[in-house]
Amino acid sequence: MAEPGVKSPLQKIRLPFSVRFELRATEPPKWLSPLLSFGAVVLALLLGAIVIALVGGDPWRSYAHIANASFGSLGVFSDTIVKAIPLIFVGLACSIAFRMKLWNIGAEGQFFLGAWGASAVVLIPLISEDTSRWITIPMMIIAGMACGALWGLIPGLLKAKFKVNEIISTLMLNYIAVAWNNFFIFAIWTEGGFQMSKMFSKNAWLPRLTDFSKEVPALRGLTTHFGLILALIAAVVVWFILYRSRWGYEIRLIGDNPKAANYAGISITRNTVLVMMLSGALAGLAGMSEITGVVHRLQGAISPGYGFTGIIVAWLAKLNPFVVVFVSVLFGALILAGREIQPSGIPKMIQGIILVCLIATDFFLRYRVRIMRRGEE
Amino acid sequence: MIESPQNQVKEPVVQMRGIVKRFPGVLANDHVDFSLADGEIHALLGENGAGKSTLMNILCGLYRQDAGTILVDGRLADFYSPKDAIKFGIGMVHQHFMLVPSQTVTENILLGLDKPRFRLNLRHYDQEIAQFSERFGLKVDPSAKIWQLSVGEQQRVEILKMLYRGARVLIMDEPTAVLAPTEIEELLQTMRMMVSEGRSIIFISHKLQEVMDISDRVTVLQRGKVTAAGLPVAGASRQDLARLMVGRDVIFHVEKAKVQPGEMMLEVQDIWAENDKGLKALRGASLNLRAGEIVGLAGVAGNGQSELAEVITGLRKSTRGKVILHGVEITNQPVSTGIRAGVSHIPEDRTHVGTAPNLSITDNVIMKSYNREPLSHGWVLNMFAADRFAKGLKDQYEIVVPSTSTPVRLLSGGNLQRVILAREISSQPAIMIAVQPTRGLDVGAIEGVQKLLLAQREAGAAILLISEELEELLALSDRIYVIYGGEIMGETADQDIDRLGMMMTGTRMEDLAKPEEVNHG
Repeated sequence: MAEPGVKSPLQKIRLPFSVRFELRATEPPKWLSPLLSFGAVVLALLLGAIVIALVGGDPWRSYAHIANASFGSLGVFSDTIVKAIPLIFVGLACSIAFRMKLWNIGAEGQFFLGAWGASAVVLIPLISEDTSRWITIPMMIIAGMACGALWGLIPGLLKAKFKVNEIISTLMLNYIAVAWNNFFIFAIWTEGGFQMSKMFSKNAWLPRLTDFSKEVPALRGLTTHFGLILALIAAVVVWFILYRSRWGYEIRLIGDNPKAANYAGISITRNTVLVMMLSGALAGLAGMSEITGVVHRLQGAISPGYGFTGIIVAWLAKLNPFVVVFVSVLFGALILAGREIQPSGIPKMIQGIILVCLIATDFFLRYRVRIMRRGEE
Repeated sequence: MIESPQNQVKEPVVQMRGIVKRFPGVLANDHVDFSLADGEIHALLGENGAGKSTLMNILCGLYRQDAGTILVDGRLADFYSPKDAIKFGIGMVHQHFMLVPSQTVTENILLGLDKPRFRLNLRHYDQEIAQFSERFGLKVDPSAKIWQLSVGEQQRVEILKMLYRGARVLIMDEPTAVLAPTEIEELLQTMRMMVSEGRSIIFISHKLQEVMDISDRVTVLQRGKVTAAGLPVAGASRQDLARLMVGRDVIFHVEKAKVQPGEMMLEVQDIWAENDKGLKALRGASLNLRAGEIVGLAGVAGNGQSELAEVITGLRKSTRGKVILHGVEITNQPVSTGIRAGVSHIPEDRTHVGTAPNLSITDNVIMKSYNREPLSHGWVLNMFAADRFAKGLKDQYEIVVPSTSTPVRLLSGGNLQRVILAREISSQPAIMIAVQPTRGLDVGAIEGVQKLLLAQREAGAAILLISEELEELLALSDRIYVIYGGEIMGETADQDIDRLGMMMTGTRMEDLAKPEEVNHG
């Protein structure tokens, strides 16, 4: 090789070695991806620790407190699960949409609409108050999913028919959903001027573990509700759709290469609408389970941003429905314990750092790092 | 023909010596020598993947050569970025424009320069650029926004950008491919003007007529190697150039069994269609295809053959005309209609159209049959059946991979093409549209693909083979249509390569016939 006539600025710095990033020519080993995810979480916690230390806190005590407050006893673990349930639904909702590269960030709005739809069943009321639980609950599930699906259908149709960017439309629909809910709790279903509806009758409550404390005393005070079962069923169903159904195959194909899907005769517009509806229905189910399992009435503050946390959960789980369940529990713990430390701030920051670290580690799945001594090139 | 000064002894402006560039699995440039004389238009010819663009990307600083040297005006030049190259006066006009649509012409030209130091006095620069564009006959309004301009005007902006940066050597990568005929004439005028101003041009093109019209010398690349270096165009004929570009020795002989053509499988009647840029790509093309025959469609790239394949398979809408499949009209029907009727399609673009890169081999081979028994039952996909199917194809078509769960992005070109062929052939198609099925493959792989196609013909399939490789078309086809400018120039069953070459460059069969008879008579 001839000596360069023009030197690039990089060449002026002489290090005894050079670092090169090369595109991986082969598939990375199977263990690498989970290892990197784990590493990302650890790194995020370390970074979080630095920030906590900088503001004068003791990071290790804070973390110990978080662990204790979320996994320390059966009681708090049960509360962690309660926080995890809506995250599972929303995480699944995001996973299936993201799989098709549909960026549904409207899970929050679909959550609110789902809650509204479920409430409407008992607040309009569509059925009388003493209807059996066996009819009330399924009706609320259907109504919640339908309303969530409607909130997904709108951006889905807009995208399919007019190429409207779904990120913008879903984001905007979030605000409409909140306003819609507020209108009802302020003006129509308000109870004595408070911004909340009346308490639902017991028939409209999802069964909780504590309800069985008469038979099994150990369950006393445990708030984990039937939503968990629904969420686990949903995870299995989403997994089955994605990996064992024709529809899921179409979703995966479109997500990976829409041109190839088109070439294989698969309708992208039709699937855009359907996937947005399913995604909305799952997020709606989250809202339904939250108000029938926890709040038992329609009110304003029913979500501390579950819809947005679900985006992080879905990515952290690499869009795998089963991993979504696991990650949701972790995030449920963060939400629960976070409140013990600080109302907002630190826990949200940790969530954010986890997401950033996680996205950053993807780099190592695509590239190989090679450190070479000078002259070895 | 246009007169250009030539054959005078001129100092080479650019000399590239022994350039080697390797990409994973491909030797794109294999010790290539290239020299550009001062004030000449030097054409660089070659098939797709011959290494023309790689060589020029090295010269303009986008890639770095693995070995070899570049001399500019006799001085050693070492480029790390296009900025280094432009310092030596070398600039490239890319096939795909690199412009900011929402900004004006002047803003785009100034972009990346440190010229307006602080105050952006656009009006002053507008004037300067207006004068500049007049000088070279590159008419364009400096204050117009890029998105308002036609493709031809945008190209002028790209050229101005390079001239404004002081380029003395312009590399133009297939500049005519995106232009309408009148715009092409204007561009050729501009090129002549620039050369007369003392600049030199490297002109990449597949279009032989243009190369003949405009260039002084031509260098031909084939599979990364130079087959003709700096050949003066004046003495060469179109046929010579065609042979240099396409003509490689037939390395193997293809055994073709006699098959009596059966019933009419596909009729294309007077099809008109537009390309992605909205230009007319097909102007009333018609052809037909019978069972048990391979029909070739010859033509230089960009003459409408890709669009024709897309219209037949339903991927592109035609504006006029009919596609009739086994007696049933399927014009502008969705793709799935064709697939159900037994049309299989080996697409031109394997990675962007033919496969889903991150999905497994299994997921890729079931792309056309996933919605039928036995791969699925109702709405449930039988992954065991799919895996078995994929493993069977892997063995049968000798796809060399560790497992069928490997994502196809990790496959080599030859293996990827086998995956596509396996999928398209396993459906036992009645009609097969094969677009460039052997492009970029090595000799062994080519032979394998050709054998598979012949086996399909014997099995009674009707195959439309679209290829730029004449040798391949001649070896495999029972009949050959030639397409030029979106029209069918003629149909021939004999093996006359010169006649095909003439038709590929725009002479109609009817006009050819007369001198032929004179020759024989």
